[in-house]
Amino acid sequence: MRRWFNAQRHILELTLSALLRRRGKYLALVTVYTLVVFLLASVMFFTHALRREAATLLEGAPEIVVQRLVAGRHDLIPTAYADAIAEIRGVTSVRPALWGYYFDPIFGANYTLLVPEEFTHGPGNIAIGPGVAGASGSEVDYILPFWSSEGRLTSYTIAEILPAESELVAADLILMAAEDFRALFDIPEELATNLTVSVRNPRELPVIAAKITELLPDTRPIIRDEILRTYDSIFSWRSGLLMFILMTCVLAFIIFAWDKASGLSAEERREIGILKAIGWETSDVLQMKFWEGAVVSLSSFLIGVLAAYGHVFVGSSGLFEPVLKGWAVIYPEFRLVPFIDGYQVAVLFFLTVVPYTVSTIVPAWRAATVDPDAVMRG
Amino acid sequence: MKRANAFLTFLAVGLALLGGMFAHAAASRRAARPALEARTELVRRLRTTDLCLFTEARYTRHPVMADVNTPFQDYPLSIEHYPSGSLMPPPAHLSSER
Repeated sequence: MRRWFNAQRHILELTLSALLRRRGKYLALVTVYTLVVFLLASVMFFTHALRREAATLLEGAPEIVVQRLVAGRHDLIPTAYADAIAEIRGVTSVRPALWGYYFDPIFGANYTLLVPEEFTHGPGNIAIGPGVAGASGSEVDYILPFWSSEGRLTSYTIAEILPAESELVAADLILMAAEDFRALFDIPEELATNLTVSVRNPRELPVIAAKITELLPDTRPIIRDEILRTYDSIFSWRSGLLMFILMTCVLAFIIFAWDKASGLSAEERREIGILKAIGWETSDVLQMKFWEGAVVSLSSFLIGVLAAYGHVFVGSSGLFEPVLKGWAVIYPEFRLVPFIDGYQVAVLFFLTVVPYTVSTIVPAWRAATVDPDAVMRG
Repeated sequence: MKRANAFLTFLAVGLALLGGMFAHAAASRRAARPALEARTELVRRLRTTDLCLFTEARYTRHPVMADVNTPFQDYPLSIEHYPSGSLMPPPAHLSSER
């Protein structure tokens, strides 16, 4: 074992010397390779952490949300629908929910206005999300003006700024009293934005949702399972962001593999010929080429994965910011909880290290099995 | 053998850092548990259905609540013009039968 280890160390030493002779080429290769791994790992870490966080947070989402659709669009729902739904066996409560959007022409930002069930600050006051506070430069006791649907300017006093940790849920939220919300948007008492339904047995959710559609055909019930699945599918590998990056990386790897599989340079072939001429076995040459691939791919893999972890979980995915921000004025800082597992890193390893190492060995095997004299003569 | 030893040391340090990455992730998850629970409680209290990821369009702010025909169809023949619309596809439940 010790002898084998020493032999491998000698082969590795020789491989590193060969790599250093062509250091410019290999440095460029490692840099590009590291960037590809970094990009792929960053997207994998980011989307996986976001999916896990969404799955955890949205466990608290309503069991069923009932919307009313008019001409294919989400419309206000009569609160009387709640009485009809409450009659369905298995339903424990039906509560109207009030929420909507407001475009602030002063700061160019979109807010989500929402009425919590218990709003302790009372009418005339609001609680704002950290993103709203940041975009408008507001603090507690400042006032925030809103144009009502009747064209009147109404101001509300900021009574609370939601904690920074709530950003992923509440960055753009403005919480207010029901009477203020109704007055601002001129929504009568008998209408609500949607209804939220609680049931006794969660396994009955699809049945109850079907009964709601049957009873009230102009409504669309959305069950919690669908809410959870939405975020799972949005950030799955087939999603826009991941697919785009995946395609770019696959293309980069095709270029790598093409470069390697299309054969060795004349210098590399001569080197193999000399090694065979001085008594190296084909297996020794293959081991050397294996180490060459391993040095390049393992170095790139380790640096790329560690840099990606730092980027996503320490640097709040700063490089993705311009993509994620889009045209939005309010956007959360993605301080994600590092949900990573060995499976992800293993997938990344098999996607990046294995194909490169294999594509290094194949042309070397072709060159190493030819007569050394023929190889050296080219 | 100087170079081989240096590379093996680099590999060992890299693997140790990789192990450290998992340890850091586990510690961070433990430390973040109260904040995560507070956020889940906020979702429960406010009865929200979506995370606040993209605020530029209503169907990317609340993809769960989006109309079946909203993305790409704000008006007849309209094209998608918000960058976040190309980052997230329409949710599966809009196109699948229950």
